[in-house]
Amino acid sequence: MTGIIFNIPFLAVAALVGIALYIIISQRNLIKIVMGIVILESGVNLFLITLGYREAGIAPIYTNAPEGVMVLPIPQALTLTSIVIGVATTALMLSMIMLIYRHSGDIDSEKSRKMKG
Amino acid sequence: MATVVSSLDFWDPLVCIIAFIVLIAVIYLFRSRGQKKYKKGTAQTQIFLSGEEAPGAEQQHIKAQNIYWGFFQALKRYYDPTIKAHTGIINDYIIWFIALAAAIAVILFIVGLI
Amino acid sequence: MHALVIHSPILVIAIPLLAAFLTPLISRVSEKARDILVIATLVFVEFLVIILARDIYLTGIHIYTLGASSPSLTIPEHYMVPVRIILEVDAMSIFMGIISATVSLAAAIYSLSYMKEETGRDMYYTLLLLLVVGMLGLEFTGDMFNLFVFLEILSISGAALAAFRTRFADALEGGFKYIVISAVGALIILFAIGIFYAQYNLLNIAALAQVIQYTMLDKIALALLVTALAMKLAGVPLHMWAPDTYSVAPAGTTPMIYVASQACLYALFRVCFTLYGVTLNTATIGWIVIIIGVLSMFVGVTMAVQQSDIKRLMAYHAISQSGYMLLGLGVGLAVLANPEALAAYGREAMSGGIFHIVNNALYKGLLFLTAETLFYCLGTRDLNKMGGMCRNMKYTSIFFIIGALAISGIPPFNGFTSKLMIYESVYRFNPILSVIAMLVSIITLASFTKAFQSAFTGPALPQYRNVKEAPNSMLIGMGLLTIIIIFFSLFPGLIVNTIVNPATDALINQASYINAVMGGL
Repeated sequence: MTGIIFNIPFLAVAALVGIALYIIISQRNLIKIVMGIVILESGVNLFLITLGYREAGIAPIYTNAPEGVMVLPIPQALTLTSIVIGVATTALMLSMIMLIYRHSGDIDSEKSRKMKG
Repeated sequence: MATVVSSLDFWDPLVCIIAFIVLIAVIYLFRSRGQKKYKKGTAQTQIFLSGEEAPGAEQQHIKAQNIYWGFFQALKRYYDPTIKAHTGIINDYIIWFIALAAAIAVILFIVGLI
Repeated sequence: MHALVIHSPILVIAIPLLAAFLTPLISRVSEKARDILVIATLVFVEFLVIILARDIYLTGIHIYTLGASSPSLTIPEHYMVPVRIILEVDAMSIFMGIISATVSLAAAIYSLSYMKEETGRDMYYTLLLLLVVGMLGLEFTGDMFNLFVFLEILSISGAALAAFRTRFADALEGGFKYIVISAVGALIILFAIGIFYAQYNLLNIAALAQVIQYTMLDKIALALLVTALAMKLAGVPLHMWAPDTYSVAPAGTTPMIYVASQACLYALFRVCFTLYGVTLNTATIGWIVIIIGVLSMFVGVTMAVQQSDIKRLMAYHAISQSGYMLLGLGVGLAVLANPEALAAYGREAMSGGIFHIVNNALYKGLLFLTAETLFYCLGTRDLNKMGGMCRNMKYTSIFFIIGALAISGIPPFNGFTSKLMIYESVYRFNPILSVIAMLVSIITLASFTKAFQSAFTGPALPQYRNVKEAPNSMLIGMGLLTIIIIFFSLFPGLIVNTIVNPATDALINQASYINAVMGGL
């Protein structure tokens, strides 16, 4: 039973990544595709944080630290970097969608494309 | 310095260039023995179409989509599905990605079991 | 000078980054000062890369530890693993670094006159310098997470550059597709990096290579990494974004975005050869890379013959030539565990593939620049509307002919040399692959004949009577690449022995890569 409790975040990661990939495949609206990418990024960030957890761990701060095992600090640094990169990517994608809408009046991924073949 | 030596033979571009120069000299020799007595600007240098009028510059030039027509007709069974697969829709690009990742993972798993 | 060589791995990343953010400030003062700053930065980066290359060929792998008291102090006292960010430059990294620095310099010189009528040029040069930072950082890094960060820097600046001319609707579409593909691919790479960290608590490539075992999770990570990096380097069947993006990018940046894809090719081989090495089942992954390569060659060139838009034609040829590199290096990977096959034809296949990377960057860059010159002078990219331009644009026609003969593998150009090395060695591995490669080469020549006939030869069309030759700085950019192509064609032995063979040995020799960081631990 205790094993399942500690695996719930990993199940959540699998669910988030699966739902995100399904959204990116199946939704035609460009903004929904960007939402799918943001959910994928949330899933990967959750995966990075979860793999650093140690049972009954405390925060990885040395000042006035109580006794005990500390959770790993490096995945937290990786996650912060990844969140910042995700913000930049999302901003760029949304501004491109805005300009695509100005040009073609439609944000369907099939109707707004001009290049194929 | 200019030679690339592989395990079976070698490649030297300077030898190739000397061969080309000899070849060009031979070609020039052949072309220099052609007809020299012709008058420029008269009907001797125009296009000859059995007495018909040559069409204008616009119609003389073959358009890019019509070149190699025979090649495309012969490979029609390959080209039609391939061109239809290049849809340009972003969702299809991610479908190919997931399909290839799953295929490679399954292949690695099966080969690891054997 | 010696201090400059020791610190050059970090200077090569830091100086363009600083210049990228100084560019908008200086362009308030004067435009000419900004142009001089950009070109001076790229010339200095090229100089640093060349002196670092010379030192690497003399003394071996260079390490730079960020934040330590001395650059080569990778593992602090009483520690067993490296704990800081480490840049590790071996012969293969500096080979890709030379290509990136040179193509960026040529592209920046070309953009000086091409972008004269565009507004917002200071943002263009900022993005161009950030793209240079991303490429060089990806090639010099010794750390998996840094690979992810520089990959994202490269993707964001590349996508913003591709969509730069927002007045064209298809430019925005090309940029959007590139950023979506890159975001999904990079997030999957981060997932694979998370899998590595979860198992081994290490991010450094050399440290991981020492302890990696080929568990089930490692197999999943390998599948995700290979697929995501294959998508970034436009290998079939994940190539469909490439014609859209390469055809709409402004002139100087198409070669740079293409060289950024080749940096992802370098990352793929760094993962397969150095991170996993012989622990993985090299026959399987080697054959997967070979199959992706053969599909890329064939689908790329058959779609290219069919195109009527000149830049999409060039983009499909770029995909097809990437297939040659994947084929050559895939054969090397497939026989990596087999020492006598590796010595007999594996090394030569890898050398052919690596030589093809530099050849391809040169003549593909030249061909992209000539296609964009045609667009600049004529205002259209459609081959159906062009004709007879060799009378007005003599220099461009000569550059196009040289590029087209080089890419088709016609002797005596450099394309023939690298393709000969690939044909001979791949034939001894499996003859069918070599036959397909030669067939693809013939169809390449056919499609360039078609492009040349449509655009340059033919009768003089009346609507193009007043078209003049391209401006001088564009001709200088193309001329620089042509001179380098002719130099590589006349002296291939020099290039192969000096630059290519050390890179091949660096990829095969995983132990020296690990020892440079771990120092015998």
